[in-house]
Amino acid sequence: MNRHVLSVLVENQSGVLSRVSGLFSRRGYNIDSLSVGETEDPKVSRMTIVVSGDDYILEQIKKQLNKLIDVIKIVELDAEKSVFRELAMIKVNTTMETRASIIEIVSIFRANIVDVSNETLTVEMTGDESKIEAFINLMNNYGIAEVVRTGLTAIERGNKHIKNQIKGEEE
Amino acid sequence: MKAAEAIIKSLINENVDTVFGYPGGHILEVYEALRKSNIRHVLVRQEQAAAHSASGYARVSGKVGVCIATSGPGATNLITGIATAYMDSIPLVVITGQVNSSKIGRDMFQEADITGATESFTKNSYLVKNENDLPRIIKEAFYIASTGRPGPVLIDIPSDIQAAKIEKTDIPETVDIRGYKPTTKGHVGQVKRAVKAISESKRPLIIAGGGVLLSHAEGELLTFVEKTGIPLVHTLMGKGSLPSLNRHYIGMIGNHGFSEANRAVAKADLLIIIGTRVADRAWGGIPEKTTEDVRIIHIDVDPAEIGKNVGTQIPMVGDAKTILTQMIDRIDTTDRTDTDEWLTQLKSFEGTVKCRKTGFVNPRYAMETLSKKLNDEAIIVADVGQNQIWAARYFEDRIGRSFLTSGGLGTMGYSLPAAAGAKIAAPERQVIAVVGDGGFQMSLHELGTISYYNLEIIILLFNNSRLGMVRELQDRFYGKANAVELDKNPDFIKLCNAFRIEGVRITTDSQLEDAFEKAIKHKGPFLLECVVDPDESTLI
Repeated sequence: MNRHVLSVLVENQSGVLSRVSGLFSRRGYNIDSLSVGETEDPKVSRMTIVVSGDDYILEQIKKQLNKLIDVIKIVELDAEKSVFRELAMIKVNTTMETRASIIEIVSIFRANIVDVSNETLTVEMTGDESKIEAFINLMNNYGIAEVVRTGLTAIERGNKHIKNQIKGEEE
Repeated sequence: MKAAEAIIKSLINENVDTVFGYPGGHILEVYEALRKSNIRHVLVRQEQAAAHSASGYARVSGKVGVCIATSGPGATNLITGIATAYMDSIPLVVITGQVNSSKIGRDMFQEADITGATESFTKNSYLVKNENDLPRIIKEAFYIASTGRPGPVLIDIPSDIQAAKIEKTDIPETVDIRGYKPTTKGHVGQVKRAVKAISESKRPLIIAGGGVLLSHAEGELLTFVEKTGIPLVHTLMGKGSLPSLNRHYIGMIGNHGFSEANRAVAKADLLIIIGTRVADRAWGGIPEKTTEDVRIIHIDVDPAEIGKNVGTQIPMVGDAKTILTQMIDRIDTTDRTDTDEWLTQLKSFEGTVKCRKTGFVNPRYAMETLSKKLNDEAIIVADVGQNQIWAARYFEDRIGRSFLTSGGLGTMGYSLPAAAGAKIAAPERQVIAVVGDGGFQMSLHELGTISYYNLEIIILLFNNSRLGMVRELQDRFYGKANAVELDKNPDFIKLCNAFRIEGVRITTDSQLEDAFEKAIKHKGPFLLECVVDPDESTLI
């Protein structure tokens, strides 16, 4: 089972998110994460969907997504040729003694502290999945109160952009 | 003008002259606008029948079928009908009323989330939020329903939107949906590869499906078959794609197909699959087959179907009619493989079908007799179950004839309303609804519609007092039947008489000829009830 990252341009209409996620659930495909937002064109939104599956499932997912009227274009993003990023906010338990060393780790990771209280410290971090996982693992030693993550979003490196590419498969 | 009037104006612009529906509180504005127009409204007796009738109408007329219902239960009753059309790729535009747009989501009287409920069986759906979008939406809906792989499109219109005044009533000239650009023409390189594969094959076989009929490609298919000499089998939905008496015609494949057809698929070295998704029912009867032994060409307008159920070496996305024409143009008759030996081999597989002599009517014999008595433009509308299989197996296809059934979803009760829709689309053609006693009772309320509009339909009812197909499966797998007895069926003749429909009951084969004569000559709807052996099976 491989992980694939699909970048999908959709019409910014109400119900699109429901249609896409509905399609996945009723056909039994696994969504690992889904993030969506507006693009430079306010009528168009872009979804980044991380799916697990073999080649047959991936091909079917792309084809079924293409059938949706609101889906404009689908591109599969290759980890080596794209930038993958995720935003995470981690609320870490702190004590007088541990606070300094936590702050040290935060600066090593070049993350930001966005909130402080008597017992907690909230860290905001963007990075690829491995960076975020690494940070969380370190913070586990101190005790994590809460984590909120956006899921992956991605963009291709270089000159190419999604609108240039041909929609879907060419048979 | 009012939005509701603009809706009717758009329908007329789309060449709609007939709609099937059932009014209600939240669709009143549309019905008032309909009353003032020349569009014929056919009142059904339950909304599911409106969708089935629109489906039968669409399949016979070649136009998009239109059905209208109110909000809440009116809309939810349509669901089975919409799903039926979706599975068989029938072009429908479904218009439903909805509660006032400012009140949506508050569980109002007769409110239902129909766009959410039908998401998985519509090509697209619209919940209209701005009345000025209506002309564009309706234009798009008809375009989406009728192009590419046809299918149902739903438009849900809140009652306040229906009543609102529209400023711009101009209907857009063209439709441009950037997310929807269906392919019609086959890729030239693939066509070349396909033609080469055909010339290299020794035992080629065509599997024709519903797509051939939806594409109106029967003529091109016949030319292709005659030019290449390749034998043909078909799926249930592909019945009628080639006349049964054509010398290249082998038969129907699948679980309930003919064994010679299934054997042909197993023995072929090249399969040319046209307009079928080869789902489980069609493929089920075929012995285990690896793709090393056989090359597969798959022609379909829906790219998602290629590679879904069967692995393909030569995929071709496009319209069947167009691609067949492209292939016909490329094929050189001197390259033609000599298929006579292969064809002879296939014909030798033909099994003998024993006709059981019982004290009842034999449904196979009934269908064969009926085949001979009907003319070349007759339409058979089969329900689901044993009656469907007898009709599919034993009704002879000729150029000009049509066979309609619910193949994909297998919806019982399809036959009566779809026959009504078919007759309204083609009043001059003979229309026969084949149905069992189970399916008949699922939609017998449509006897009201059939009687009211005096639709001259022959209802061929195979009454075995059973849910026959289920009984057959239970006997095969468990040895015993359960919950399939309909022994206390009403007197169907009396029931039809109550709807002012005449009928006759026969119990032996010898009565068939006269009964069919009477039914065919009768002016108006007619019930021909055949009492069938409860133990009669579809497969010997």
